[in-house]
Amino acid sequence: MEKITLASQLLQYLITGLTVGSVYAMVAVGFNIIYNVTEIINFAQGEFVMLGGLTMVSLHVAMGLPIILAFPVTIVLVTVIGILIDRFAICPIRRPSVLTLIIATIAVSIIIKGTASFIWGKNPFDLPAFSGRNPINILGAVVQPQYFWVIGFLVITAIALSIFFDRTIIGKAMRACADNANAASLVGINVKKMILLSFALSAAIGAVAGIAITPISLMEYDRGAMLAVKGFGAVILGGLGSFPGAILGGLIIGSIESFGAGLVHSGYKDAFALIVLLVILFFKPSGLLGNIEISRIKRF
Amino acid sequence: MTFRRISIITTICFFAIGLLVSQVNAFEGSYKVGAVFSVTGRASFLGDPEKKTVEMLAEKINAAGGINGKKLELIIYDDEGDATKCNLAVKKLITRDKVCAVIGPSLSGLSLAVIPVAEKHKIPLVSCAASYKIVYNEKTGKPYKYVFKTPQSDSMAVEAIYKHLKNKGINKIAIISVTSGFGASGRSELIRLAPKYNMNIVADEKYGPKDTDMTAQLTKIKGKTPAAIISWSIGPTQVTVTRNWRDLGMTGISLYQSHGFGSRKNIKLAAGAAEGVFCPLGACNIAELLPADHPQKSVTTDYLKNYTAKYNEPLSSFGGHGWDALMLVSKALESVGCDKAAIRDYIENKKGFVGQHGLFNFSPDDHNGLTQEAFQMVIVKGDDWALVD
Amino acid sequence: MLRIAKLPIAVFALFIIIFPWIAHQIPTIEHYPDIMVFAGIYCLITIGLSLLMGYAGQISLGQAAFFGIGAYISGILTANYGMNAWACMVIGMAVAAAVAALVGTPSLKLKGHYLAMATLAFGIIIFIIFNEEIEWTGGPDGMSGIPGLSLLGFEFDSVESYYYLVWGFVLVAFIFTVNVIQSGTGRALRAIHASEPAASAMGVDVSKFKIIIFVYSAVLGSLAGSLYAHYLNFINPSTFDLFFSIKLLIMIALGGMHNIWGAIIGACLITFLSYEWLHYFEEFEVIVYGAILLFVTVLLPDGLAGVPGIVKGWFRR
Repeated sequence: MEKITLASQLLQYLITGLTVGSVYAMVAVGFNIIYNVTEIINFAQGEFVMLGGLTMVSLHVAMGLPIILAFPVTIVLVTVIGILIDRFAICPIRRPSVLTLIIATIAVSIIIKGTASFIWGKNPFDLPAFSGRNPINILGAVVQPQYFWVIGFLVITAIALSIFFDRTIIGKAMRACADNANAASLVGINVKKMILLSFALSAAIGAVAGIAITPISLMEYDRGAMLAVKGFGAVILGGLGSFPGAILGGLIIGSIESFGAGLVHSGYKDAFALIVLLVILFFKPSGLLGNIEISRIKRF
Repeated sequence: MTFRRISIITTICFFAIGLLVSQVNAFEGSYKVGAVFSVTGRASFLGDPEKKTVEMLAEKINAAGGINGKKLELIIYDDEGDATKCNLAVKKLITRDKVCAVIGPSLSGLSLAVIPVAEKHKIPLVSCAASYKIVYNEKTGKPYKYVFKTPQSDSMAVEAIYKHLKNKGINKIAIISVTSGFGASGRSELIRLAPKYNMNIVADEKYGPKDTDMTAQLTKIKGKTPAAIISWSIGPTQVTVTRNWRDLGMTGISLYQSHGFGSRKNIKLAAGAAEGVFCPLGACNIAELLPADHPQKSVTTDYLKNYTAKYNEPLSSFGGHGWDALMLVSKALESVGCDKAAIRDYIENKKGFVGQHGLFNFSPDDHNGLTQEAFQMVIVKGDDWALVD
Repeated sequence: MLRIAKLPIAVFALFIIIFPWIAHQIPTIEHYPDIMVFAGIYCLITIGLSLLMGYAGQISLGQAAFFGIGAYISGILTANYGMNAWACMVIGMAVAAAVAALVGTPSLKLKGHYLAMATLAFGIIIFIIFNEEIEWTGGPDGMSGIPGLSLLGFEFDSVESYYYLVWGFVLVAFIFTVNVIQSGTGRALRAIHASEPAASAMGVDVSKFKIIIFVYSAVLGSLAGSLYAHYLNFINPSTFDLFFSIKLLIMIALGGMHNIWGAIIGACLITFLSYEWLHYFEEFEVIVYGAILLFVTVLLPDGLAGVPGIVKGWFRR
């Protein structure tokens, strides 16, 4: 076997880091959508990813639906769950505080995880890669075709969201809620509907992330929590509420993990990412692209 | 408002009832055996098949008339992989449920955690976890008096792999392990035994149990050009490692998996990537491959047939440990009854017990009773195991 | 809410004293004092956390780390170096205090979710250290052989003796904390919770108070860790992971975070639910746990400690 050059190694770390980071970024974007409208950090965000992956497995592998059909159906199903969460867990809370909202979303994630272990059992599941498993060689680094899908989904999500928030009435209404919910309701925006929509939207994005990552890493019922933590890290690193920040944060965390594992010490790779996060927070308390002025207005 | 009031009253009632619903099952004339497994939580891959196996086995024993005409009553608690919960469960089995013997826990760490409890209460404990430390008291150099275990030690799997490597003339190796108890204990055995077999470990990489991709670690290993990689992990990550290994075009470096890979499910999940992977397995995993005159042929084929028929899922390596533990205890109950000291003496002197994972010969110096022969090297060939020479 | 009546404390203390006797009379709950030992240990942590969260309004998702620091310092120093257990306990508390001050000084400047993430990150980093430094901590399999506690020749080796030891500590911590709440410090804390700029304008040294309370909660957490290690004679990293920090948060939320009693109620309730009662739901255990949590959060925003207030409200009308 030929020896791999350092340059190819570094390229390999970068590609791996960006792929894993793209998943974190999608989770982070989901966090942001809900946060912007409600100021809630939805700790069940990781469960959407898990549900997306496993539902897709059921529809595509077990029931034999073609990908083109299974994909939208999965997203719709997970979106419905997102809506149910808002209806039954978030909406009824009378006096929301940071803690009660965090606990409520944690409770939801516990329930979803428990139910998922009933439906799918505790074993991991595989999803066939969308365009085969023949790796592509780029300058000595090896890339699975699925990597492009993951990164591609992130790009599509980012473009679609920016069009949605900048060009459509509903998107603009959601942004209005994010800026000032009271003022938004004064001009006739139904804030409750916007909250509902934010849950639906972020559930859908979570499902996309789950579908994209399952062919690479398999999926099982209890993977959600770790993804939620990584995504939370990404959204804080980038600055709460900022979409470019969330994507940047996700990619940075993924890359630090990959380079840390490859160049320094793989046992501590998660710690490296978190240490970088802490140091950045100490110097820039509102994250890389977060706005300190805006974070002052927010209650939480 | 009324709805809210009712809800609150219901909540209070619910907790009040919770206080009272502790029922004690007291069937006179039954043998009680306690079991503590990690049925849910981080080690459910161990506890889940173990629980299913012992439940199936107890049913079978009772259907055949029980032990000495008495019913075998199994009390199973789930420790969720949590040390505190495990400790409480074992104490509860001993003091409240008054069982004759305890089987489990599933995890090495938790087994170590409850050894003092078993020793203090003088109750036989047959652990289903791998670490040799469970049956080796470092202070005395002897086994703990009341503690036994049925799984092969990690060191046996390591030696089986090292021997195979040595025969192939390989000594430049890399280790990649998961940062859970399973991976860490395998890793430390790999490092401990490396000098004995002249193994030169050029890379020692790790990943988390929920990681999504191990390409970075494997790329680093690739740069160090070892002749073989030994992967010690469990769950989906070991499949991801196998896939990444193939995708990175590293098939020139042989991949050895631990016995944790011992389920056909993993071959299937690897989607073709596992072809050519070596791993050491107990007889229980390769029942069909055993020659007809193999002593374990009949017990392992029976178990395979019953388990897959009842639960409709592939057999894993770990359920067999539960089978061995419960069978051992029920044999002891059959000959000495519910006398804790006598059960202990019986197990300690048991010879030639045919289990799922080997032929057990216990002795006062060996509370595991297995030898290296309990592992056989197999290779993945065409989506199934094949014996290696 | 600043006044905390003495009578309930006395009743509570009496109940704690006679509980092992009661449990001993009823065979089905004979093993409850054993569970109460752990409940007591968790109470120590939640008392500190309740002061930090409920009174000073600072969230912490890294409290398990201090619990772990206490446990590992006690465990390593006593098991590997044969040091005096009580001395190790004090060393543990000192180290936890130092770490808390070091981490707290920059962290507590952060707000809301940023603070949550910073403490979460700190907790995970400490957990990774427990997992990775195998020579010291035994790695993921944990370390065994931690001796039990003894004082002047008396061995705390029975469940009852350890029960009284732990709850003795809880009572002292509780009364001390109640005194803190009722003092000027308590008023300052509540001012910080209400509005930091206002408190600052009134001359309250906001950052100093926040750090003091964070250190105090860390010291209590470390003490709890030491007691845990000596009772179980074994520790492993997964006891001190992120999910335990979240569990502590759940205890506070369920009990009610604006009331120090909530810390006690929440800790005991979650301990019994997760170690005993939910067992009867078998496979459904996790779902029931989540459902209870959601139910209480939605219906009782002040937690279970708020129930007496609600009941009083019904009778007043």
